[in-house]
Amino acid sequence: MTGMQVIFLISAVVILFSGTMMVSTRKLIQAALWLILTLFGVAVIFALLETSFLAIVQVVVYIGAIAILIVFAIMLTHLAVDDTYQNRKWIVTAVIAMIALAGILLAIFTWPQGATLTAPLPGGQQDIRAIGLALLDPEGYLIPFEISSLLLLAALVGSIYIGLERKGETK
Amino acid sequence: MIPLYWYIILSAALFSIGLYAVITRRNTIMILMGVELMLNAANINLLAFWRYLYASSGSLDGIVFPLVIFIAAAAETAVGLGLIISAYRRRQTIVANDLDTLKG
Amino acid sequence: MSFIADPVTFIINWLSSVLSGWGIADMWVQFIMFVLGAGILAFGAMIFTIGLIWVERKLGGRVQDRIGPNRVGPWGIFQTIADMLKIFTKELITPTGADSTLFNLAPILAMASVLGLWAVIPLSPTVFGTNIDVGILYLIGVGALGELGIILAGLSSNNKYALVGGFRAVAQLISYEVPFAIALLIPVMFSGSMGLNDIVASQKVAFIFQAPVAALVFFIASIAENGRAPFDLIEADSEIVAGFNIEYSGLKFGMYYVADFLHAFTSAMIFASLFLGGWRGPGAELYPILGFVYLFIKTAAVYLLTVTIRFTVPRLRIDQMMAFNWKYLTPLALATLLVTAIVDKAAPAGQGLIRILLLWAANAALFFVTDRIVTIFRRNREKERKVVSEPRPVPIAVRPLPASESEVNS
Repeated sequence: MTGMQVIFLISAVVILFSGTMMVSTRKLIQAALWLILTLFGVAVIFALLETSFLAIVQVVVYIGAIAILIVFAIMLTHLAVDDTYQNRKWIVTAVIAMIALAGILLAIFTWPQGATLTAPLPGGQQDIRAIGLALLDPEGYLIPFEISSLLLLAALVGSIYIGLERKGETK
Repeated sequence: MIPLYWYIILSAALFSIGLYAVITRRNTIMILMGVELMLNAANINLLAFWRYLYASSGSLDGIVFPLVIFIAAAAETAVGLGLIISAYRRRQTIVANDLDTLKG
Repeated sequence: MSFIADPVTFIINWLSSVLSGWGIADMWVQFIMFVLGAGILAFGAMIFTIGLIWVERKLGGRVQDRIGPNRVGPWGIFQTIADMLKIFTKELITPTGADSTLFNLAPILAMASVLGLWAVIPLSPTVFGTNIDVGILYLIGVGALGELGIILAGLSSNNKYALVGGFRAVAQLISYEVPFAIALLIPVMFSGSMGLNDIVASQKVAFIFQAPVAALVFFIASIAENGRAPFDLIEADSEIVAGFNIEYSGLKFGMYYVADFLHAFTSAMIFASLFLGGWRGPGAELYPILGFVYLFIKTAAVYLLTVTIRFTVPRLRIDQMMAFNWKYLTPLALATLLVTAIVDKAAPAGQGLIRILLLWAANAALFFVTDRIVTIFRRNREKERKVVSEPRPVPIAVRPLPASESEVNS
């Protein structure tokens, strides 16, 4: 058991445990905290895959922004009566989720290299400069870069417009 | 060394947990959180495959794709939560089943 | 390396050789050294805060024309220890209805996020926690963790004041992360790397001379990120009764207190590393211990400036603070980024003096233009206010006639 395997197993257990706690807890704010713990675990997995840039971006964007947004939304709507918990037929949905899981696992294990690929090809760390240059390269990823900036602009304008309280609108 | 299928099993399990959250829970914010889990699972999957198969050839597909997924997830969460709060202001409810004025 | 020139590396090498001599595997020796180093750094930082609090109280007292603490020990240097003893022995109250896991987790998160910042700052040419090549992003990420601690405190306290205080605090911190991150990009641009070691090593001329406006934006944003005056709305006694930490007592409040002061010092250290040259100075490469002394002097200068600002400037309201961030600071940061990028490419690093002059000209132009825009806006606003506040004309029927004014006045 090398050190990396131990770290992977610990973070996998953390991710799956907090994911399960997140979907099965009644209190919404506790669910948000379990989500944050899950996102941390995913950041550790990213670091294990030798992409430290994405690991830290995960912490900054997901935990530093999205999770805080979710907590804000929970705080703003915490007066809503929440006797929902879950659908009455939750066994059926659990079975559906299990079928999805089984399908994905079947797909990976019927692939010839599925069970045998044990070591990554030597590639090493990706240079930040290379990522930056590739994002602005017309033959690289310039178009996705520009489109995602448009997407962010649209989201910015849209969310401000949706969230704006015009006079006389709230009941 | 970590075999590839460990990452895939992890990502598949996380995906199905997120799927369960989206289908089962009736609170809209919880549905959004389930979607976040599914997006994270997709990210792990993409990165694992890229690292094991394509990283050595120098292509950066596996980094830019998850980056764009981060961006899309952030945008979607912002707009989605704005919608939820706006719906809460109008109907005083965040239960997905009760937002049914377009029904039938 | 002799002991005098570089004591820390000497001790590390000696300890590693001792541990290897006992037959411990290499990997474990490294692990033990890392754990020891982290522990000593964190412990040292927290002990150092004791002296820091004393400096702040004395300096604040002098600014406010009083002496500051002077009873406990000569010049009051044991005052902080007395306060610490008081905080240790206070009762730890958890309010009823408070979510006790979150309630106890929040100060730990706030403290941990501040201590985590010390991991990437290069303290001397050879002493640093770790040299990750995305150090700048790490700083932003760990700051985000601190905000999480604050919002958890506000949520879990079962107290309306704490909730509102938590809201406002997180709104402020998130808003000021934007100019913080944008101004952080300017040293990255100049040095070509996001790692703090590389940024410090590439400052032959300190970046504050090459990009003064960016340094100013970063300084203001980091004061706001700390929650210190004039942005100390987070803990404004007169407004929100201590805000998100209203329900905390005893050691939990002590952790917030220590985290606040330590964060101010750490921000000063980050500013010194990024813009003032960090450990650079005459003879620092040969004698790394000198590097640590230079860093300390620069950090102390920035920290004393922060403390003086704290006790001098009045507090901003939340709408003023938000307007300041989104209408002035963020556009200024973006404009600085654009202008600096253009000038940086126009006059590449090899050309020394021309580059610095061009950068100064660009920054001066930026400052001048911003000053003009701000003045025009302020004049417009004052003109509007003057128009609004003119007294309305009184109807003739009730206006007293000039002849009978003396009757009215008697």
